[in-house]
Amino acid sequence: MWSYALKRGGATAVTLVAASVVIFAFIHLVPGDPIYILLGDTATPDQIDALRRQLGLDQPIIVQYLRWAGHALSGDLGRSIFFQAPVLSVIADGVETSTLLASMTMIWVLLIGVPIGTIAAMRHGSWLDQCLSGAAMLMASVPTFWVGLYLILVFAAWLGWLPSSGYPSIFEGGIANLRYLILPSLTLAAPNAALILRLTRASMLDVSREDYVRTARAKGIRPWQVVRRHILRNALLTIVSAFGFTFAALLSEAVVTETVFALPGIGRLVVQSILRRDYPVIQGVILVVVVLYLAINLVVDLSYRLLDPRVELQ
Amino acid sequence: MLAVRDLTICVGPAAKAVDIVSAVTFSIDKGEVLGLVGESGSGKSLTSLAIMGLLPTPGPRVRAGRIELDGSDVTALQPWQRVEAGAGRLAMIFQEPMTSLNPVLRIGDQIEEAVRVHDGTSGRLARERVRELLDMVRIPDAAVQLAAFPHQLSGGMRQRVMIAIALACRPQVLIADEPTTALDVTIQVQILGLLRELCDRLDMAMLFITHDLGVIAQLVDRVAVMYGGRVVEAADVGELFGAPSHHYTRALMDCMPAPSRQRRLRPIPGQAPRPGTITAGCVFAPRCVAARDVCREALPPQIRISERHEALCAFPLGSGRSP
Repeated sequence: MWSYALKRGGATAVTLVAASVVIFAFIHLVPGDPIYILLGDTATPDQIDALRRQLGLDQPIIVQYLRWAGHALSGDLGRSIFFQAPVLSVIADGVETSTLLASMTMIWVLLIGVPIGTIAAMRHGSWLDQCLSGAAMLMASVPTFWVGLYLILVFAAWLGWLPSSGYPSIFEGGIANLRYLILPSLTLAAPNAALILRLTRASMLDVSREDYVRTARAKGIRPWQVVRRHILRNALLTIVSAFGFTFAALLSEAVVTETVFALPGIGRLVVQSILRRDYPVIQGVILVVVVLYLAINLVVDLSYRLLDPRVELQ
Repeated sequence: MLAVRDLTICVGPAAKAVDIVSAVTFSIDKGEVLGLVGESGSGKSLTSLAIMGLLPTPGPRVRAGRIELDGSDVTALQPWQRVEAGAGRLAMIFQEPMTSLNPVLRIGDQIEEAVRVHDGTSGRLARERVRELLDMVRIPDAAVQLAAFPHQLSGGMRQRVMIAIALACRPQVLIADEPTTALDVTIQVQILGLLRELCDRLDMAMLFITHDLGVIAQLVDRVAVMYGGRVVEAADVGELFGAPSHHYTRALMDCMPAPSRQRRLRPIPGQAPRPGTITAGCVFAPRCVAARDVCREALPPQIRISERHEALCAFPLGSGRSP
């Protein structure tokens, strides 16, 4: 297990380096010059050259990369061109918001998707299954901004139970601030829980046709035990990897929901930064997202190894 | 011990249901080994799954008939319901040892699971029983094997594990559905020997399902031959091989190579009928060399050849009635 973890960790590090090169190179292919944006139309060529030198944008790209990567390793992701502040402090709020939002969403997804998917699979073909699968289809199809607006309308405007927008950091306002994330996380959970529900149902139906499930039944153990120990246990292998993808996607792709709930997430930050051609922030955000992606993938790989003894070191 | 009466299994929606097993009747006495022989599609595997209460849902279902284990009716009960009703001493091993064990659970846990259900014990007592079962199926190195996962074991070892799981319920009857088909010939011999020995030692009856007449000749006490979803002939093994009465049984033996006799193999002309295609008369009539008009019109009578020998044929071999 430990040598497996080490090997996977090494592979992750290599991927990270490759990703950082791509991130750095790709952003320079995007048209538009940040110097013009910073200085406006009226800048003189001298001013432009001076700022370019000051920001290091006159150096060869390889030098720019090495400098950036070296600083990144020591936690210095550069200074935001737009905010005139360290990138790390600019994206810190975003990373906190997005990570907590994604985690809370995944908890809903887990609590809704897996049990209901299991029930649907065990009653497959019945009216209950049809209702649950139909509801899941609906949840997966409705756009998130619509769900978000209705949740705000009901729980914030009518009932007044939960705040409708913003997110003050839990490091300043305490753990109770998590209530700001309840409606947005439910909004994000709706389509994702639906997908996990359908996936759980499908993979449980697949597994329940396996010979070893028949063996389990033949032993005379109760149906619920057959489901828990034999069917669900094997269906988890599929569900866990989908879980990883979903979680990773939520970190950076929650732009619409962040906008509806006015949350300072990294999805919104990266879109705004692209519009501002704020290279250091874009690079910093994407790098952080890549690190989170890789970390999640590593966790998924390792849990896979724990769940399935057939996964061996390649 | 185990009695199956008029077991009829059908598939399809109620209005258009087709019988794929019809009026199968046989019984197995204490300690007796009954061989159920037939080609693929003759209904022998479905019959065994129905007896075990393991027909898949949705899928084929028992339409009529009765399955009794030690006097109690278990026809409509799944294995766990039988355990609750105190009629759980029936076990089954399957054709594919490679896929019949849960890939993510340790061997020891899979055997112990069966022990817990039937003995109601856990902890040290259950583990002792698991060791005892491993000894019974002659798995060496118990400690190592118990901690292993199925993919680390050979096919023969996995089938031994399956037998150990089956023995956990101290079965009165063990159903073995082609348990050696997927194994090497040498391993096949070992497993067959082990099964026979266990039957004798534990006074356990066995329903052995196969398409291999050679295996039948060595292993069983009594044979029931299935064709097209019906038992067409049943007799003690010596009598069946010495003087088969049904033309299908005879034809089946003619397709079996025998080293002592130098002769051509004679395949049975035609193909086994698809379920539901033969609605009247004898199911074997279209391929039977002795078939007459009456065979195609009415279901042949069940003829008692001797006290323990019956055939479903209007013109059984050796009766003087055949053409």
